[in-house]
Amino acid sequence: MRRSMLFLPGSTPNKIINGDAMGADAIILDLEDAVSPEEKDAARILVRNAIRDLGFPGVEVIVRINALDTPYWQEDLDEIVPLKPDLIMPPKTASAKDVRALDVYLTKLERASGMAVGGVGLLPLIETALGVENAFEIASASQRVKALFLGGEDLSADLQCRRTKEGNEIDYARKRIVCAARAAGVEVYDTPFTDVNDDEGAVRDAEYARSLGFTGKASISPRHVDPINRAFSPSTAEISHAYEVVDAITAAKAQGRGVVALHGKMIDAPVVARAERVIAAAEALGLGREAR
Amino acid sequence: MSKVVKTLREAIELAGLKDGMTVSFHHHLRNGDFVLNMVMEQIAALGIKDLTVNASSLFDAHTPLLEHIKNHVVTKILTDYMSAGLGHEISRGVMEKPVEFRTHGGRPADIALGRTPIDVAFIAAPTADSEGNCTGKLGKSACGSLGYAFADAKYAKKTVIITDNLLDGTLSEPSISGEDVDYVVAVDAIGDPNGIVSGTTKITRDPVGLIMAQTAVKVIEASGLLRDGFSFQTGAGGASLAAAMYLKNVMLAKGVCGSFGLGGITGYMVDMLREGCFRSLLDVQCFDLKAVESIRDDPRHREISGARYASPWEKDAAVNDLDVVILGATEVDTDFNVNVHTDSNGFIMGGSGGHSDTAAGAKIAMIIAPIMRARLPIVTDRVGCISTPGSTIDVLVTQKGVAVNPARTDLRERLKAAGIPVRSIEELKQIAEKITGVPKKPPKGDRVVGEVYYRDGTLLDSIYNVPV
Amino acid sequence: MKIVKKATAGTLESGDVYVELSPSDSGNEIELQSAVLLQFGDAIRESAQDVLRQFEVENAKLKLIDQGALDCVIRARIETAVLRGKEA
Repeated sequence: MRRSMLFLPGSTPNKIINGDAMGADAIILDLEDAVSPEEKDAARILVRNAIRDLGFPGVEVIVRINALDTPYWQEDLDEIVPLKPDLIMPPKTASAKDVRALDVYLTKLERASGMAVGGVGLLPLIETALGVENAFEIASASQRVKALFLGGEDLSADLQCRRTKEGNEIDYARKRIVCAARAAGVEVYDTPFTDVNDDEGAVRDAEYARSLGFTGKASISPRHVDPINRAFSPSTAEISHAYEVVDAITAAKAQGRGVVALHGKMIDAPVVARAERVIAAAEALGLGREAR
Repeated sequence: MSKVVKTLREAIELAGLKDGMTVSFHHHLRNGDFVLNMVMEQIAALGIKDLTVNASSLFDAHTPLLEHIKNHVVTKILTDYMSAGLGHEISRGVMEKPVEFRTHGGRPADIALGRTPIDVAFIAAPTADSEGNCTGKLGKSACGSLGYAFADAKYAKKTVIITDNLLDGTLSEPSISGEDVDYVVAVDAIGDPNGIVSGTTKITRDPVGLIMAQTAVKVIEASGLLRDGFSFQTGAGGASLAAAMYLKNVMLAKGVCGSFGLGGITGYMVDMLREGCFRSLLDVQCFDLKAVESIRDDPRHREISGARYASPWEKDAAVNDLDVVILGATEVDTDFNVNVHTDSNGFIMGGSGGHSDTAAGAKIAMIIAPIMRARLPIVTDRVGCISTPGSTIDVLVTQKGVAVNPARTDLRERLKAAGIPVRSIEELKQIAEKITGVPKKPPKGDRVVGEVYYRDGTLLDSIYNVPV
Repeated sequence: MKIVKKATAGTLESGDVYVELSPSDSGNEIELQSAVLLQFGDAIRESAQDVLRQFEVENAKLKLIDQGALDCVIRARIETAVLRGKEA
């Protein structure tokens, strides 16, 4: 269950150390934008040691490496990959070619360190106009791609528009990327809400992202983790309804009935599929029927 | 009859202060206090020696005391709290006799019982009249409540009021009545307003503090105590205040109307009163300007004495009616004993204040502390100093889980049922030590420099000098 | 590895350690200031020696100003300084 992802600057020990205590399902240890060029080496070594020694029990560990057009990304992977982070996030992914370049290098590293080839997953960060237009080919370029991630800040710059709280400027990209990810059968995550002092704005933004079909959302502030988790967790009403649907189907099957109705409404296959997803999520969060 | 005397020196002489006697002070002016230093300077000038100073708390503003200690003007100190500047020197062993630490409830109890008699009480008063009636609510040096000074005024053989706002007429609603006062002295300033109260106490932005505060409020919700009539106390520290903020939101959302908020009062507690979370505030000390204004203007915000707050012998001490208190700690051990007296190197840097009083009285005494500070784990095998016995602590909230005192199986079950991550306190210790490594114990000296007396007067622990 | 120029790493922030490494011609010398000297002073020196050994640094002066950094941080900062100060 990956609802929230918290960005942590890879060069600040104090923020990294408590990263797994902020309630986020995943942490993104950042070697890219949060680290100045002079500190790239320091952050890479610090993040490597932190993953190795602290382990971050209970949260997924994602590392954002530097972009393919920088001199850093291969060194980043050299240090980080042997520690088997849950996912690697390559920024500014613009095409299937980028993914293939990563795949080749990762395969080489995996062979060199005796790891299973293909084991290291990718979470490409889509943050250019080209990347958005190529989202489907990126998502389907390799078995390594487990999800897509939309980056709103750089995208707005590339679109030559201002990034706003309302987010109209990235609305097309959000919908496009969700569609592309779902078409390719992978998960999809939304850009952070960047006003760390606006708690209500964060709630609205997370709820909107969920309504579009995103799996979860990232945050640059620990304060927004809780609102994101709430927005991406099924509500009590949704969970009860899902169990009603599944129970009705089970009962109907037992009686050999083909067509099933609940509260006067037909239950068709998409409704059942949705109910099953809600129940799976609820059980993963300890909110299932067993827990109640 | 006017009790006004011209100078402090005259008041000291009239009060009959002699070698070997005890003088007392309150700490409502906190780090802005001028009075203790002013009085001690006059006493030293008069050549009086071998005094005991009984002060409800001592701050870094009071470091001139060290000079009086070296010159044997002061040879004994009784206090409930001592900040790091002074504490460091005491820990190095500058005094022959150990400092006696009491609690905010134990101090007035021992004064009333005659265990720690006071010869002359010197009471800083932001406003007074010529009869000695005084209050902390008015004047340029207003500090709000004068709760900790009540016992001094009542039981000292002589009481001297020192004010920088001497009224011509009669003070209508005094906190301390002139009946208990012998002399009144007017001075230019009793304190520095900037040190007396802070403007506004800011809620922490530290994410660890906020996470712990959120968890603390979940614990309170799960405890079953959060219902109409709920009573609450919290400290002025970052995470404690943040907990008050989150608690307010929950109380308002659930429509819970509590009975009282207690303790040292901050603006956040005043907000809770104003927004209907409590019917009253019982205030023994004001921490900020908003609290001072509120105690002056809002009749629901009441001043109480230290004894009414926390004395173990007071039948209706407010701490006994407390549902939940949130407290801090520098260390907690696996028996839940809490240290708030000494730092990780063994230097004195605090004191119980109301810590052990409220822990003893409250239905749930909750410690909020990060699982480690820098590289030092919060949970140890044995705290450097027992300030509050573990038997009175119910729950420890950290950012990596909550530990419940094994004696409170009821509470543990409730928290588990609410999905709160409950771990044993040993587990919390292991989690931290896995990250930090196991710290070596700093060396302890062999001379007692402090004695910690529990609220009932029994000796709880001793503090040893730090070899340097 | 031979340290040929003065190199620094880390910061003076809480939870971090500031490292200064400079060439020397008389073996390794470690100077340590720490907020947790009594509790972890020996452990920090040991880790510092360990990293120097790992990179075969034999003649360097290492100054550490520690603000309660974890072991993994201390090792990372020293390694960074070594790689910054070594022969190109």
